[in-house]
Amino acid sequence: MFLGPSLGLSAILFSLGVAGVLLRRNAIVLFMCIELMLNAVNLTFVALGQLYGANAYVMVFFVMTVAAAEAVVGLAIILGVFRHRQSVDLQNINLLQG
Amino acid sequence: MNISHLVWLAVALPVGGFLLNGALALRRPHAKGLVSLVGVGVLFGAFAASLAVFRELWRQPPHDPIIVRLWSWLPVDRLQVEVAFQVDQLSAVMLLVVTGVGSLIHLFSVGYMRQDPGYARYFAYLNLFVVFMLVLVLGSSFPVLFIGWEGVGLCSYLLIGFWFEEKANADAGKKAFLMNRVGDFGFLVAMFFIWRAFGSLDLVTVLSRATTTLQPGGAVVTAITLFLFLGCTGKSAQIPLYTWLPDAMAGPTPVSALIHAATMVTAGVYLVARTNVLFAMAPVSSSVVAGVGALTALYAATIGLRQYDIKKVLAYSTVSQLGYMFLAVGSGAFVSGVFHLVTHAFFKALLFLGSGSVIHALHHAYHATHSHEDPQDMRNMGGLRREMPVTFWLMVIATLAIAGIPPFAGFFSKDEILAGAFARGGAEPAYYVFFGMGLLAALLTAFYMARLLALTFLGPNRTGDAERAHLHEAPWIMTGPLLVLAALSAAGGVINLPAFVGGGAGLEHWLEPVFASGRALLHFEHPEGGVELTLIAGAVAIAVIGLVAGFRVTLGRPMLPARQAPADTGFALVLNRKYYVDELYDAVVVRPLAWLSRVLLWKGVDQGVIDGVAVNGTAWVSRMFGLVGSRLQTGQVGVYVVLFLAGALWILRAVIR
Repeated sequence: MFLGPSLGLSAILFSLGVAGVLLRRNAIVLFMCIELMLNAVNLTFVALGQLYGANAYVMVFFVMTVAAAEAVVGLAIILGVFRHRQSVDLQNINLLQG
Repeated sequence: MNISHLVWLAVALPVGGFLLNGALALRRPHAKGLVSLVGVGVLFGAFAASLAVFRELWRQPPHDPIIVRLWSWLPVDRLQVEVAFQVDQLSAVMLLVVTGVGSLIHLFSVGYMRQDPGYARYFAYLNLFVVFMLVLVLGSSFPVLFIGWEGVGLCSYLLIGFWFEEKANADAGKKAFLMNRVGDFGFLVAMFFIWRAFGSLDLVTVLSRATTTLQPGGAVVTAITLFLFLGCTGKSAQIPLYTWLPDAMAGPTPVSALIHAATMVTAGVYLVARTNVLFAMAPVSSSVVAGVGALTALYAATIGLRQYDIKKVLAYSTVSQLGYMFLAVGSGAFVSGVFHLVTHAFFKALLFLGSGSVIHALHHAYHATHSHEDPQDMRNMGGLRREMPVTFWLMVIATLAIAGIPPFAGFFSKDEILAGAFARGGAEPAYYVFFGMGLLAALLTAFYMARLLALTFLGPNRTGDAERAHLHEAPWIMTGPLLVLAALSAAGGVINLPAFVGGGAGLEHWLEPVFASGRALLHFEHPEGGVELTLIAGAVAIAVIGLVAGFRVTLGRPMLPARQAPADTGFALVLNRKYYVDELYDAVVVRPLAWLSRVLLWKGVDQGVIDGVAVNGTAWVSRMFGLVGSRLQTGQVGVYVVLFLAGALWILRAVIR
């Protein structure tokens, strides 16, 4: 049921997320784009659940758990960076330059 | 005990002595009593074992050598080298000389080296030397013989540079080692040739198959023997590699007696005698051996005429006498060569130890008065007959023996050598020339020995008024071995008395099985009757003339102590400076080599290629890679994401396909 449209939607959402990560410079926006990609993948899992059953739905919960943990760590890092630099613009954060 | 146990024991005892003395040198260097007991004891034990070996052989003279196998050393395909000893009549003679003369010299060293802080180290080295010398004379194959050959070279190096605190001594050791390396190269090449020709390095196999495998007078046998002889010129100090031996006198005097007179330097003569078949098959090589021997005998004797250092005179005398031995073995008179080897071991060891006793006395006299004169310079001696009567008379015996005055030992052996060269001259006239050179060398030998005796023991004393009171005879532990050696020098001729005095030529019969195959290839008649007696009378007359002239010339002119003596001029200076051969070698070989090493090898290859290209070049390449690679690390998250995405897509594509 709606397998094609569901996968198509998740592909669009994922691409939007990728484009956001590539193009935006604000760390928070970038972070939200990553969340968007994760949820696009989740949608794929839900749609494919029709074919593969419970295994696919279990994966959804794993992804949500990891996403929650990632949100905690990611936001903490961004907060830390902001305290140091008074900015979350990634252009200014290049300490790893070789 | 059977013969293999005895042979094993003769080698194992000095090995034990070396290990024990080496341990003592490291842990208890002041336990001199124990060191002397071990060092001298093992040598006398080895001598007793050698005597027992000799007795066994005497009871049942074997036709083929007895092989004592220990273990397999190099089992590589067709190359099977065993660590094995070979006992035959020649080995037995060498065994007795090495351990017998070695024992006496060890005993002498107890007195001579008593005050030295390196006492234990000295005896450890000396024991090790005996081990390698025994391996050399007992080795049953060329590689085992070569182990001994190299080992004695090592010990020679260690003992020449025994007092290495002085740079000159350490340099002398290095010189000896390096010049020997040149000779060893010849030995190695000869071994390669032998392997090519025979497919074996076993002495018995090679020597018994030589006549059937090789073409007599052919290129192969000539090459083998010439390269072997190159090895001999290094070890036995012949032209052109002789210059290390006089410098080797930097070592302690008993070392000069044992290594650089009686045993190690005769290894070359032993090698030629051992491979007598090969040399008999190569007439060209034989003439080279005899010619070089005769030339060295004459040449070294002329240098000995104008040396002032008592040990230098004896060193050149040794070079000259070794030349005699090569003249003998080159002429095909192998027995005479070995005979002279034995008698020379007696009288030259006696001469060296006697000079050691003189140096010992002078050293103590100068030490007592805190004077810095040279205790080895004969110009500082003179008249020592009064202070050291025992040493004087023993030195007289040795001088008569080396000069060839009958009935002393040197007379018989030297006479046989000259007779041998003369006999070969009948077939090849070149040997008449060698015979003449040998005769002239005999004259010079008598002359410089008379000069040595006169300068040291006769005339007025030149040591110094304050020092004279401190000159005294050496202790019995030093004169005792001298007495034994003197007895041997005086009566050593009995081992091979010729027929004209009613002797049975004992040594000749004894060594018959060893030299039979070599002698069978050579056809010449030993001079008999009138010719023989004329030769003998001539040789004795020449020796007497040399001695008388030596005494008259030396005592006829006033002599001053070294400090006040005028410098030599003209030809005397050329002789005193040894024909400037050291300077010549330095200019022709050492300096160009050093220049080449510095400019090409050091600055060019090492600093340029290895350091520059290989080491620093590798570092430069990695740094360049790093420089390029680090440009990719922008620190911008976006760039990383793009790369990450590209990578992810690339993997995805591979997975999907």
